[in-house]
Amino acid sequence: MVLETRALSMHFGGVVAVDRVDFSLRENELRCLIGPNGAGKSTFFKCLSAQLRPTAGDVVIRDFNVTESETHQVARMGVGIKTQVPNVFDGLDVEENIWLSASQSTSIKRARVITSEVIERLQLGSVRKAQLGALAHGQRQLVELGMVLAGEPWLVILDEPTAGMTQDEVVRTAEIIQEINKSATMIVVEHDMQFIRMIAQKVTVFHQGRILIEGDMDEVSSDERVREVYLGHRRPQ
Amino acid sequence: MDLFASLGLQIIYGIANLVLISIGLAVIFGMMRVINLAHGEFLMLGGYTVIVSTNNGVNIWVAMFILAPLIVGIIGLIVEWTLIRFLYGRMVDTLLATWGLSLFFIGLITTIFGAQTETTIAPPFGPIFIGEYSSSGYELFLIIITILLVILLYLLLRYTKLGLLARGTMQSAEMAAALGISTQRIYSTTFGIGAALSGFAGGLLAPVTGVLPTIGAVYIGKAFITVISGGTAILAGTSSASFLLGGINGIVSFVVGPTMGEVALLLFAIVLLRLMPRGITGHFFKRSL
Amino acid sequence: MKRSQETNALILIGIIGLVTLFGVPLTLDLYSVISLTTAVSLAILALSLGLIWGFGGILCFGQTVFFGIGGYAYAIAALNLGGSAVAIIVAVLVAAAAAVFLGYFMFYGRLSDVYLAVITLTVTLILYSVIRRTSGPEYKIGIAKIGGFNGINVPPINYPWDVNKFLYPEDFFYVAMVALLVTYFFCVWLTKTHFGRVSESIRENEVRTELLGYDVRIYKLCMFTIGGAIAGLAGTMFANSIGRITPDVFNLYNAALTIIWVIIGGRGTLIGPVLGALIFFYITSLLGQQNVVNINLFLGLVLIIFVLVVPKGIVPSLVQIWVRRRSRRLTAHSARRMRRRGRSRVTEVAVEE
Repeated sequence: MVLETRALSMHFGGVVAVDRVDFSLRENELRCLIGPNGAGKSTFFKCLSAQLRPTAGDVVIRDFNVTESETHQVARMGVGIKTQVPNVFDGLDVEENIWLSASQSTSIKRARVITSEVIERLQLGSVRKAQLGALAHGQRQLVELGMVLAGEPWLVILDEPTAGMTQDEVVRTAEIIQEINKSATMIVVEHDMQFIRMIAQKVTVFHQGRILIEGDMDEVSSDERVREVYLGHRRPQ
Repeated sequence: MDLFASLGLQIIYGIANLVLISIGLAVIFGMMRVINLAHGEFLMLGGYTVIVSTNNGVNIWVAMFILAPLIVGIIGLIVEWTLIRFLYGRMVDTLLATWGLSLFFIGLITTIFGAQTETTIAPPFGPIFIGEYSSSGYELFLIIITILLVILLYLLLRYTKLGLLARGTMQSAEMAAALGISTQRIYSTTFGIGAALSGFAGGLLAPVTGVLPTIGAVYIGKAFITVISGGTAILAGTSSASFLLGGINGIVSFVVGPTMGEVALLLFAIVLLRLMPRGITGHFFKRSL
Repeated sequence: MKRSQETNALILIGIIGLVTLFGVPLTLDLYSVISLTTAVSLAILALSLGLIWGFGGILCFGQTVFFGIGGYAYAIAALNLGGSAVAIIVAVLVAAAAAVFLGYFMFYGRLSDVYLAVITLTVTLILYSVIRRTSGPEYKIGIAKIGGFNGINVPPINYPWDVNKFLYPEDFFYVAMVALLVTYFFCVWLTKTHFGRVSESIRENEVRTELLGYDVRIYKLCMFTIGGAIAGLAGTMFANSIGRITPDVFNLYNAALTIIWVIIGGRGTLIGPVLGALIFFYITSLLGQQNVVNINLFLGLVLIIFVLVVPKGIVPSLVQIWVRRRSRRLTAHSARRMRRRGRSRVTEVAVEE
């Protein structure tokens, strides 16, 4: 068991965003979290990344209870995190962004090697010296993915990795994610059903802070309740 | 017994003092998250209005209750119109620009009135006697005025249309705009009211502290610490923070001395912020006004 | 700016620095040398804020806290211990300790920029008002009376290897200037280390830095402490250049000046704040001698105008203009070349037809 949550709850004042969720993730899974807006996926995600401290319940990563931990402690365990709103260093260039990630976990020399590898892998060579603030949204998302990779994580959690991407970029991201999955366990929170179909193995559907159903893509998309609650909609362009 | 009453009055006055000097800032901060570093100067301008007009024959009550808030309120509106509105959302730039404004006002008043005050005015009430201890009757008056002011603001926010609009805009400016409320108008009005409150407070305090062009610096540190420790709820935040910080200041001042009292206030506030980084009302009394 | 351009700029700065170091005492009169020494100490203060704000993203409105603590600690240590060199070291350590203390509460409480700025401002104001009231003889540390608003007279600075031999003002200029140069190049080096790069990333996006696994609190605390130490060093230089240290170092005016130097000079560079401080020292001394324009009025207007119109400051704006002009020159040259090439191609086509 790579990651587990036990009766995880997150309350904001009177609003229950996450309601006693029991969730478990096995080694090498690629799990997709879907659900309509406001279902609690992103809040759940933030509890996993320790960006929010849950009101109740536990988050356990590889037998370590990280419920009370700080974000950087979770990241240091080897968890790669990509947030919903792109969090990158706009004033620095692509290479520096990725290098900062690589140099956190390894020696400076090795960091340089990893940076080059990641840039090549993601085909970012042409923009390696470009300032991040000047790049298009989709490319910034890609760089952020690169930053996640540069940390050589064994658990990767992504919140809406394809938001704002062109169709080509979406396809490329799907390929990258499947490649990452060969060496890391993954959780992907997404809205874009087409994208989910490209990568999904097991899917967890959230609704009103709880898990509605878990299963593979076919099971889930043919389920009556899911149809009612969440008509697989196209990502609004 | 009389000593306690006298001491108690001192401490309560200290708390009321904090409320008075902070309330204008709290209104502006609570509404727009603008930290106005020229706040001390609004207080100073209120003080000058009262002293200059009183020395020129205006009745002291008219000067304090009408002229000071009116004039400083108008100055506030002008400031909002010419400077603040260009910097919404840019918190650091607002800090810097209002700091420049503060220096500007100090320079302006120094140029007009000179670096020292000509004359101060006497507090309009004499001493009151509690047994063998005399306390300032004016201080008692200020305590009463502060309580009335807080009640008035509460009623304003809770029961008037302006208050409702203000609270709505504070909670969600976008929603308010979607409902057709001109948030710019609300912000301008709020800034003006905040300035007027500060002018009023400065005018009230003028007999106690006298005025110098640089007196703003005395107020600003304490006002900020109080507002930030209080959190974003205007009344509950300012009151609770003033109560705690003013209380600590008063007690330590009595036991050790006024200097240590100030130090104690600062240290306590720093520790408070460490424990409750969003201010008192960020953690307790969250829905209060 | 490209790597090579940056290195050239640094070499230029080094040369100018050395020329100033040796040239000033030889060419200027005593009064100017002493004046310049004060300016240099203020430049070191500006550098400290330029470092923590421009590179670390830490907006401290009260850098004068550590400046003043450094000055006072120096005076007290010098009076009690006798040796100036030791006193300087003590002062820098005390300033650094103060930064650790204050920084711990602010960064581990995860206070946001704005709160940080205001709290540091409040601390400097409170230090100002508290120390002003220490006039009585009972306020002393060792044999040094704190002296209230009169401050402490600093004993003349002596050589580290012979405490009975004192430095002349011109000699002290060397000390201050060397301190400035060493500190400047130290800061430049620091920004290139891993620590410096991470601090810069914290400035850019604190959340992302944390998501990468860095404990941003300790990075900010270290940066803040280094800034405090440098400001403390500036304070020791300042106290020596003036001959005394008074509570005025903590006041609102000086706190504002420090910010102004960095804004005007250029946040994001290290040389900008240094130049800002030097230029402003010159302007304020000129202004101080006349009565027409009140100095606060002037400073306030300058600050407002810069925030609204030239937010980046002088040095980065100048650099931007220079870089743009260079690329335009290249394009004009290459355009001519391209036009020539294009013309020959057109004639070839005409011939073919």
